[in-house]
Amino acid sequence: MIALVDYGAGNLTSVRKALNAIGAPVWTPAVAGELGRAHGIIVPGVGHFDSTKALTDEWRTAIKTMVEDGVPLLGICVGLQWLFEGSEEAPGVQGLSMFGGICRGLTPRPSEMESKRGQTPGCTVLKVPHVGWNSLEINRPSRLMAGVTSGSQVYFTHSYAAPVIDDTAAVCEYGVRFSAAVEHNRVAAVQFHPEKSGDTGLRILTNWANAV
Amino acid sequence: MLSKRIIACLDVRDGKVVKGVNFEGLRDAGDPAALARRYNVEGIDEVVILDVTATIESRQARAHTIAAVAAEIFLPLTVGGGIRTEADAAAAIDAGADKVSLNTAALSDPDLITTLAKRYGSQAVIVAIDAKRQDDRFAVFARSGQSGTTRDAVEWAREATERGAGEILLTSIDRDGTKGGFDCEMTAAVSDAVNIPVIASGGAGTFEHFADVFASGHADAALAASIFHFNEHSVSELKRFLQARGVPVRM
Repeated sequence: MIALVDYGAGNLTSVRKALNAIGAPVWTPAVAGELGRAHGIIVPGVGHFDSTKALTDEWRTAIKTMVEDGVPLLGICVGLQWLFEGSEEAPGVQGLSMFGGICRGLTPRPSEMESKRGQTPGCTVLKVPHVGWNSLEINRPSRLMAGVTSGSQVYFTHSYAAPVIDDTAAVCEYGVRFSAAVEHNRVAAVQFHPEKSGDTGLRILTNWANAV
Repeated sequence: MLSKRIIACLDVRDGKVVKGVNFEGLRDAGDPAALARRYNVEGIDEVVILDVTATIESRQARAHTIAAVAAEIFLPLTVGGGIRTEADAAAAIDAGADKVSLNTAALSDPDLITTLAKRYGSQAVIVAIDAKRQDDRFAVFARSGQSGTTRDAVEWAREATERGAGEILLTSIDRDGTKGGFDCEMTAAVSDAVNIPVIASGGAGTFEHFADVFASGHADAALAASIFHFNEHSVSELKRFLQARGVPVRM
């Protein structure tokens, strides 16, 4: 069974529905103590980094222990950001520091790439939040992104982003280059929403669930 | 590069798709889930369910429709029409909507935007603005275009953004149903005034209209209903057309 961690940040219906569609059984643990029976853990999230405060020391310790025992962990969106050291969005809130670096705010600014190419001439600024389908650059092989090629598009909706690091498995560019997917051993995370990204998203979720 | 989004709108009444739909050759005529499934295959980027009845009695029927559509597609799903209260929004989201679209309720109770943005995040809150040209401004109308307001679309879009809206869905009442093209000037005025994505709606008749609203209308996404119903391959044909014109789209 996969534990879908509910810390009150938005709704989990879509993630649960996508996991059901790929045949992965899932439940939402009521207390951290229940995590012990998980074969995989998903930390989802939409909204504000501050909401991850609800993941108290008890949850943090339980999740870390499970990861040390080799249980696969998947962070989605704010769930990815929480696996880094922290975020500018909520400077006082500690991430889990599974990955090195701080998440920074995307900045609205002229889109150099678009104006240079003369495409969509009206689109002169990058709007924040970054909402919609953007393409991935697969920069190294990973279990999570197996079979997904560079140029594949997935659905993003976020205002903060994690830096590109050695563990980055896929990069996206929106004004800056940021980590779209990271993977280190059994810990993986995506900034986009695989549950909203059509067949590409289901494939990524299946890749992860197959390792559970 | 971020793609321009193509969004299909399903106008639903009592659980059936209505409005300008040519159902010939479609076996499950009027079934929102069947239509959503077809659009998904064709490559639509998002789906909006607009419940044009949305009375209290139809709330349960709406939840059923949302769940049926959500079961077919793994794409962003927005529900609008009759979302008056936090409870209405919660019911839509619990049934499987990722975003709710507020129109009349946001005008009469702007705090609802903030309440929902705090509860679900701004990405879940779309403010829909129905506007028409009046003298030299874009006048906002409520109740499906029936009641005038004192608001201007550009100012209202700015205020909605400050209150926590994540996207603006801008419909031109003048163009809606005409197939004469989007109101690019109005769309650009609103899009340039806010830093959140603007979805253009009303007037789509040809592929050229979409290219125009992305170029001169500065739209981040375009929404249409009936244009997609006439040809089985029109969503994918539209995308190929836009790609050839240099508009970034998800293929």
